[in-house]
Amino acid sequence: MSTMHFSKNINNVLHLADSALILAQRNSEWCAHGPILEQDIAITNITLDLIGQARNFYQYAASLINSTNQKNETEDTLAYLRTEREFLNLLICELPNVDWAHTVVRQFLFSSFQQQLFLALQENTDDAIQAIATKSIKETNYHVKWSAEWVIRLGDGTLESRERTLNAIEALWPYTGEFFTNEPTDMMDVSLLKKAWLDKITNVFLEASLSVPENIFMHSGGKKGVHTEHLGFILSEMQYLQRMYPGAQW
Amino acid sequence: MTITKEHILRLLEEVCDPEIPVLSILDLGIVRDVVLSNPIEIIITPTYSGCPAMDAIAIDIKLRLAEAGIKNTTISYVLNPAWTTDWMSERGKEKLLAYGIAPPVGLASRVNNLLFEEQTHIVCPLCKSNNTELISEFGSTSCKSLYKCNDCKEPFDHFKCH
Ligand SMILES: [Zn+2]
Repeated sequence: MSTMHFSKNINNVLHLADSALILAQRNSEWCAHGPILEQDIAITNITLDLIGQARNFYQYAASLINSTNQKNETEDTLAYLRTEREFLNLLICELPNVDWAHTVVRQFLFSSFQQQLFLALQENTDDAIQAIATKSIKETNYHVKWSAEWVIRLGDGTLESRERTLNAIEALWPYTGEFFTNEPTDMMDVSLLKKAWLDKITNVFLEASLSVPENIFMHSGGKKGVHTEHLGFILSEMQYLQRMYPGAQW
Repeated sequence: MTITKEHILRLLEEVCDPEIPVLSILDLGIVRDVVLSNPIEIIITPTYSGCPAMDAIAIDIKLRLAEAGIKNTTISYVLNPAWTTDWMSERGKEKLLAYGIAPPVGLASRVNNLLFEEQTHIVCPLCKSNNTELISEFGSTSCKSLYKCNDCKEPFDHFKCH
């Protein structure tokens, strides 16, 4: 597949799909490795919701691409046959798992962002985007509740759980600036979401006696297709079957 | 044979959710419309974005209709308005309870997501006690959470209000 040049919103739809898919792929590594059975099931159910959201965005992106570029893309070709530089996910989604604290802090930061985003996109003039946002937000609300409770439980828990939570925040916070950086292809001004997001994070951190880091360097690039070294490894695992046996189906 | 919408709906009543086979797709409230066009269009909506049962349900619908001689059909999906447990029929809720799954309680619009707040008064499907407590927000599928009964001590699935 050649490098893609898509009109305005297509890249943004792909970005939304890619972030959901890549975090889902990361979270799925917990499957059968969760700290306890119930939480193993919880994180994999959240993962399934994210895959569902990714599918909806990919299906829509495929229809946009096919109608404007006369191609024959599907949700599967978009997920399995694009290269690293063509993926537009947020960097925070591709970072390797560290421990349970890292996973729940990332889920909380990301789902709280998705919550604000979907709230705004519910009012979008594009009917398909509006529908996906309306569908997704009900699930995302659950993800926020679940992850916020875990952040509080760990942050305000034992010495060790607190230590791990602090480490997770330190590692992940520099990747949250990218949530609010706009690309020319974005269908809305994401910087407008920052205040509500930060209020939510601050409240939960306060409850967990954690503090919000201030004025630190923020990474970006994912939305432009410039990734950390970790994405290539995810894709080589996720895309292996389609690369090895092109067109395989079951 | 003239095919009517009622005829199709009667056949769809026999198509069940593969995860919860006591519920028909009509009980579940995921059939949004039947359009008597050519091909006949059955419009369904997913319960959750990632519900893995949707593809199986679409195939089952086509199969059931084909068995009844209605072969020219197409399944389409809508997301908006988003499915809610409010669309589950009362009969469906009774069937769920009899099957061992506590049905959703209350209206989806009333769901609040206050932290550490759990829905109370979920009735144990086994002994009908409402002295029950939440074990996990997520059960065997996205649409269910896991509860336990403090009286008969049995764990059970609860179909979340959504
Ligand atoms: Zn009981």
